[in-house]
Amino acid sequence: MSRPSDLVQGTLDMLILKILALEPLNGWAVSKRLKQMSSDVLGVSDGSLYPALHKLEHRGWITAHWKPSGSNRRAKFYSLTRLGRKQLEKEAAEWNRLSDAISGIVKLKEA
Amino acid sequence: MTFRWFYTLPLRLRSFFRRKQVDLELEDELRDHLEQQIKENVAAGMSSEEAGYSALRALGGMTQIEQQCRDARGGSVIENLVQDLRYGFRQLCRCPAFSSLAILCLTLGIGANTAVFSWIEGILFRPYPAVAHQERLLAVGGTARGESGGTLISWLDFLDLQGSCTLCDTFFVSKITGSTLNIGDHAEITTGSIVSANYFDAIGVHPLLGRGFAPGEDVGSNAHPVAVISYQLWRNRFKGDPQIVGKTQPLNNVPHTIIGVAPEGFYGTFVGWVMNFWVPASMEETFESGGYKLQDRGARWIEAYVRLKPGVTRAQAQEEISAITARLENSYSATNRGRSIRLWPLWQTPFNNAGTLLPTLEIMLAVGAFVLLIACANVGNLLLVRSFARRREMTIRLAIGASRTRLLKQLLTEGLILSTLGAAGGLLVAYWCRHALVLLLPTRSGVAMYLPGEIDWRVMSLSAGISLIATLIVGLVPGFQTRNINLAGALKVESTGVVGAPGTTWVRSGLVVFQVCLSFVLVVGAALLLQSLQKIRTTSPGFSTRNVVQTGVSLISAGYDVQHAKTFQEELLARVRALPGVESAAFARVTPLGYGTYSSTPIAVDGYQPPLEEQPAVDYNQVSPGYFATLGVPLLSGREFTRADDENAALVVIVNQTMVARYWRDQDPIDRRLQVKGRWVRVIGVAADSKYESMRESPKPFFYVPLLQDFVRGPALYIRSAQPLQSISAALLREVHALDGNLALYEMITLQEQVDRSTSPQLVAVTLVSILGGLALLLAAIGLYGVMSYAVAQANRELGLRMALGAGAADLFRRVISRGLRLTAVGVFCGAAAGLALTRLFGKLLYNVSPNDPLAFASAVAVMTMTSVAACLLPAWRATRTDPARVLRD
Repeated sequence: MSRPSDLVQGTLDMLILKILALEPLNGWAVSKRLKQMSSDVLGVSDGSLYPALHKLEHRGWITAHWKPSGSNRRAKFYSLTRLGRKQLEKEAAEWNRLSDAISGIVKLKEA
Repeated sequence: MTFRWFYTLPLRLRSFFRRKQVDLELEDELRDHLEQQIKENVAAGMSSEEAGYSALRALGGMTQIEQQCRDARGGSVIENLVQDLRYGFRQLCRCPAFSSLAILCLTLGIGANTAVFSWIEGILFRPYPAVAHQERLLAVGGTARGESGGTLISWLDFLDLQGSCTLCDTFFVSKITGSTLNIGDHAEITTGSIVSANYFDAIGVHPLLGRGFAPGEDVGSNAHPVAVISYQLWRNRFKGDPQIVGKTQPLNNVPHTIIGVAPEGFYGTFVGWVMNFWVPASMEETFESGGYKLQDRGARWIEAYVRLKPGVTRAQAQEEISAITARLENSYSATNRGRSIRLWPLWQTPFNNAGTLLPTLEIMLAVGAFVLLIACANVGNLLLVRSFARRREMTIRLAIGASRTRLLKQLLTEGLILSTLGAAGGLLVAYWCRHALVLLLPTRSGVAMYLPGEIDWRVMSLSAGISLIATLIVGLVPGFQTRNINLAGALKVESTGVVGAPGTTWVRSGLVVFQVCLSFVLVVGAALLLQSLQKIRTTSPGFSTRNVVQTGVSLISAGYDVQHAKTFQEELLARVRALPGVESAAFARVTPLGYGTYSSTPIAVDGYQPPLEEQPAVDYNQVSPGYFATLGVPLLSGREFTRADDENAALVVIVNQTMVARYWRDQDPIDRRLQVKGRWVRVIGVAADSKYESMRESPKPFFYVPLLQDFVRGPALYIRSAQPLQSISAALLREVHALDGNLALYEMITLQEQVDRSTSPQLVAVTLVSILGGLALLLAAIGLYGVMSYAVAQANRELGLRMALGAGAADLFRRVISRGLRLTAVGVFCGAAAGLALTRLFGKLLYNVSPNDPLAFASAVAVMTMTSVAACLLPAWRATRTDPARVLRD
């Protein structure tokens, strides 16, 4: 199983929610967007993207619709639900708190 | 978050029921991704083959991703459940002996409870099939200040209540009575009700044929001889005649027009007995002794019910009724002083069998719960043994990645299967037992008993509830054990035990101790009730029960007036006394311990100042000369009534001991004066106390008046004779027919039978508690047997070693038995402690027996000890058969 590091694992859900909050996308587009936005640092493999999408869907945070995509075929588009928006706010707040705390510690001057 | 289900439930259902479709969609989605990736790779300059490989590599393999997505969907909840159910069934089928024993235990446990629930539902909560809104019905009874028991209420008080109660939907009367039915050449006595005209409308029962009573038909004296008959009477005795309405039928010798037939499945409103006809209250004189009572506020004879308006509580209604009765007390102080009216929930109805069965059924609820707990402990124990046997299986499942929650779910599912089957069996048991209570009560001629258990949705949901509790108990016990599974250790060969080694089997031993403890309490309870029954049966009722029979002659039904009845009764008494073998004979209006109610009267005594606001009232009976000699009630001083104490002589009474103690402070009352019903009478004798209404009553004031000075037609006849019942009966019938060929005899029974009938609720309690106590004992014995045989099987090696080292068979035998007895001793100790606190619950059913009676506890200890020795015998014998050579070789 190819899984990102633990920190990313915890935040992958949040990243996906954030990306979908901007506009409904299909899996491929989410993957591209993830890579662009995080400048390939996080190295989210496509292998963990799809299970994560399905998990979020089944938690009721995102919902899927089949829509014609550009190249004359159907694609599954995910969009954020109201529940998902709440969840995103919660996770983003949590993340901010955590990263502030960590960066505070990291920036401490060594004696 | 309920809202979440809005999104997730359709998805879960979809991924379960349309799995193929969902899988196809997933494949589409992933292929779409791959194709895009390949396109991008080609654009970046890869060869098409290379681009394909690279894309697939980035995704990490189609099959794996698909499986991960399926897992992520979590729709597997239902899938897992189905899997668990299927697996559970397979497991249970694999050990049929274990499964059937477990299901049997649960069937007995759940069945006992369901049967008790169904009796409570059918007898106490909704006792009247076909009657509407029983949840709002209350029984109406009277109370008198300074007296503990309830009384009935008068017709005029009833009318006032009916007129002024605003919180009540409807008030109606239903007073039990009986009549001789002569149809063709066949005569039989049957039970019916005297009712108010609104009866059928009030209870929402619409006659199958004809009509119910019309307003006003309950007014007047013998004014409306009409009757509604029951469905079964119509079917059985009138052969379902469709033209029955309008025909006449004599009831108590008065022709009544049949105006309607009640629908099938309606048995009237008297808990325990089937009513076969209904007549309006205006016919009261024809059915009740004591004359016309509809205008007499002092004559309290009716049994009434009220249905409250929706939303009104009993307390609110009682408040209003009390206000009304207080007004009545002011307006009619001569008859109503100190009198009040009380509303009772149906299950406490004071005037039918609900009240007599209530304490028994209450106890049965607790007893049932005990049996269920014992059964659950047993099944838990069985599952535990099996979970040891399945330790390897569990360990392997844990080792290859099953979560502990998943294992727990699996165990709970198995528990659920067991308890569902047990509950199904339990319902069947309850269904078979629904009429069982009737079997425990003595039969009386002319009365069809009806005490059905009712299995409705309430009972079903209760039994579903208890089987869920059972599931939790039996599932969690072995589940608890999986916590301790040590993967590495358990995969090795299982360890060997030592008989009685501490720690290894403490859960199972704990369960057995628990079972022994509970069943000990039940055995103590059964012993207490048995002792109490024996005390009641051996207590003297104050009159002789041997060689005295009671019966009666149907004078009222035959239409005798007072004068004819006087002549007839006199002649009959003379003839009976002259019969060979008859020592004496006498009449009395009310039979002791029977269903009839004594007359009650306010009294005043010379030199006795009653407390303010209290009107002393005392019950009395009208008896003929020879009554005390015939019944064997000792006269302590003074004389019996004689022929001379007739309507022309001075009024006299004989009082009982308690009355002397209370009103004359134990001084000799002979020739003192007493005011009865406003007239002064002279005391001529003192009779010993006896039991009047119930064997369990404490001594109460009572007096007797001569029958000729307060005459009633058709009193009960007592005959003292050493002859067998049949020959007395035949001789009596000859004498009665010599006087009048149209007369019928009532059922003839011995006074012992009368006492037995009156103590039958105690017999019911003893029987039921003993049956369930025995069941509990059996279950506990099975539990102990199971633990001991398992311990012996586990300690095979140790036993073999001991034998090899020179221990004799007797040593091993003793070792196993003593281990079993030690468990029992702990259980009995806990049980005794619990029993001291719990047997108080039996208080209401006990007569002259302390709830902590040492004899009951001692006999329960003996029973428990014998049972546990018996349960350990087989395992102990098996221990002695251990073959040391084989054990050591293995």
